[in-house]
Amino acid sequence: MGLDIRLPIGMIFTIFGIMLIVFGVFSNPSLYAQSLGINVNLIWGVVLLVFGAIMLFLGARGMFGKRSTTANPQGREPRH
Amino acid sequence: MGLTTIDWVIMAVYFAFVLGIGAALKRYMKTSTDFFLAGRSIPAWVCGLAFISANLGAQEVIGMGASGAKYGILTSHFYWIGAIPAMVFVGVFMMPFYYGSRARSVPEYLRLRFDEKTRGLNAVSFATMTIFSSGISMYAMAKLIQTLHILDAPFRGLGLPQAWIFDTGIIVSALVVLTYIYLGGLTSAIYNEVLQFFLIVAGFIPLVWLGLKNVGGWSGLKASLGPSYVHSWVGMGSPHTNRLGVEWFGLTMGLGFVLSFGYWCTDFLVVQRAMAADSMASARRTPLIAAVPKMLFPFLVILPGLIAIALPTQPPPVMNGPQGSAIAAPAGRGLIPAKLDATTGQPVLDNNGHPQLDYDLAVPNLLLRYFPTGILGLGLTALLASFMSGMAGNVTAFNTVWTHDIYEPYIRPNAGDAHYLMMGRLATIFGIALSIAGAYLATRFNNIMDMLQLVFAFVNAPLFATFLLGMFWKRATGHGAFIGLLSGTLAAAVHHALTIPVDAIPGVKGGWLRVLHTYPSEMAQNFWTAIFAWTTCFLVTILVSLVTKAPEESRLVGLVYSLTERPQEGHLSWYKRPAYLGVAILGATALLNLIFR
Repeated sequence: MGLDIRLPIGMIFTIFGIMLIVFGVFSNPSLYAQSLGINVNLIWGVVLLVFGAIMLFLGARGMFGKRSTTANPQGREPRH
Repeated sequence: MGLTTIDWVIMAVYFAFVLGIGAALKRYMKTSTDFFLAGRSIPAWVCGLAFISANLGAQEVIGMGASGAKYGILTSHFYWIGAIPAMVFVGVFMMPFYYGSRARSVPEYLRLRFDEKTRGLNAVSFATMTIFSSGISMYAMAKLIQTLHILDAPFRGLGLPQAWIFDTGIIVSALVVLTYIYLGGLTSAIYNEVLQFFLIVAGFIPLVWLGLKNVGGWSGLKASLGPSYVHSWVGMGSPHTNRLGVEWFGLTMGLGFVLSFGYWCTDFLVVQRAMAADSMASARRTPLIAAVPKMLFPFLVILPGLIAIALPTQPPPVMNGPQGSAIAAPAGRGLIPAKLDATTGQPVLDNNGHPQLDYDLAVPNLLLRYFPTGILGLGLTALLASFMSGMAGNVTAFNTVWTHDIYEPYIRPNAGDAHYLMMGRLATIFGIALSIAGAYLATRFNNIMDMLQLVFAFVNAPLFATFLLGMFWKRATGHGAFIGLLSGTLAAAVHHALTIPVDAIPGVKGGWLRVLHTYPSEMAQNFWTAIFAWTTCFLVTILVSLVTKAPEESRLVGLVYSLTERPQEGHLSWYKRPAYLGVAILGATALLNLIFR
């Protein structure tokens, strides 16, 4: 259906990841008394960014990569 | 609640993406097949995640957390007994008929297999049900926005009355869902459901992580809650020795067989996601792929409930009384406050005079307890995403059933494809308008919603018997199916009218004719109602089928097991074969049951 869903998912998670990392680095540490002293914004931002980057990579490979091998990795079986 | 700019930006980005996906898909919506069936072109993993996400509405995320707080890890039965086996069954055994028959909906399968009246009955009851479910989802979301005071500060800033918050919640959520489905049809709903799935997971993992860390992990939970919360099978021998108040037979037959198979195997809301798959093999893998995250979801949605009740009880909050005087609310337990009556503000008491707990606040309160601003925006986005995916699932199922199973056969047959595409879009609009009406009905008459859900339960309970006989017994006839379904529904109503859960008053809870039997809990009564309904439908369908004229076999090819060629799967690698996947999933589920016994 034209659009590979992994691209928008990758984009939104990358944006969220970067936002949380930047906020986590510059925010007041006293904010994290609530989250047991863990800078949960920074840590979870990194996780989201990594996930977003993986989805972007897979989505870009699926949409723009070599059609013969990776155009539609799930749709290789013949239709019934 | 301390929401700052970053939280608002996160929620705004989410809304922009949800609408953007709809807009990006608009140009692909050329035929009714594109709109209603996503052009049958969606890869298996996408369908699989949408299959589980469409079901991951408010009732699940908020409701399972609430049940976790109330019943403990026994709530996992709703997954490991009440979902996984049925999901494996629909993928391995039933999908070949749904997908292979080229039916566009579940009611349409009933017309192909049985007759017009059976389809009509199913289509009308299903369409009504989706409207009210999406209305309830909308209501729950607006209520939650109100309870958590999310919009209070911005409304004060803009000088708007606080009373508009509820209406704003309903209208904004309705408009967003309307826009993305109107533009991109089922594809848009499915794509957004996948996005929502990942957001829900991303919002809930840190919550469980922080919560578990705080209470000292699973062993800490065990120590503070005691055995009745942390075992799922110990005590299931008798209804009086476990928190659910149900014995193992009622649980496995009522929940595990009748209700679970009735939902996962026949509800078009979920089956539609598999019908959109790009091939038969993908359609069959859809529920199996969905079963893998479903199996692990108890850790994401039930554990927060256990954590919320295990934490030290907060001192009772001080509230403003009628004349501005401060009154102390009764103490809750853990993070869960006592339930207050919406109109009087007084605590709600149970039959023994103890204050009831507002379990629905378990998950939201845990979110507010651990998430500082920043990730709080992500957590709230996860909640919003769950409400919207639940709503959108109902809306796409409604517009399809309305157009293909009510409008096309009974109102305007033989119009062109473009006309039905337009009708699908129109149905999206008035379906959502009706849901809004349903949401307001729920605010006015709480009992109406209870009664409607009861009626739906009566209608749904016997359905799986009809499909089981339809797919696996070629002698089953249309008259048999129709009369069987009606008798099953009637049996459910009669059983409900003659029994009552302990401590309840005759009425909407049962016993409205007379009380012949008292169940130890409402859940036990529900499960047994389902068992009676299913058994009646099964037997009556067989009896009526045997005395009516057998259907011609040539008409049933592709619709009944014994007359249909097995799907070819020799070319698939082993890990893509439905049967192998199914066995692996059942094995893993059995293992989870064993670990948490």
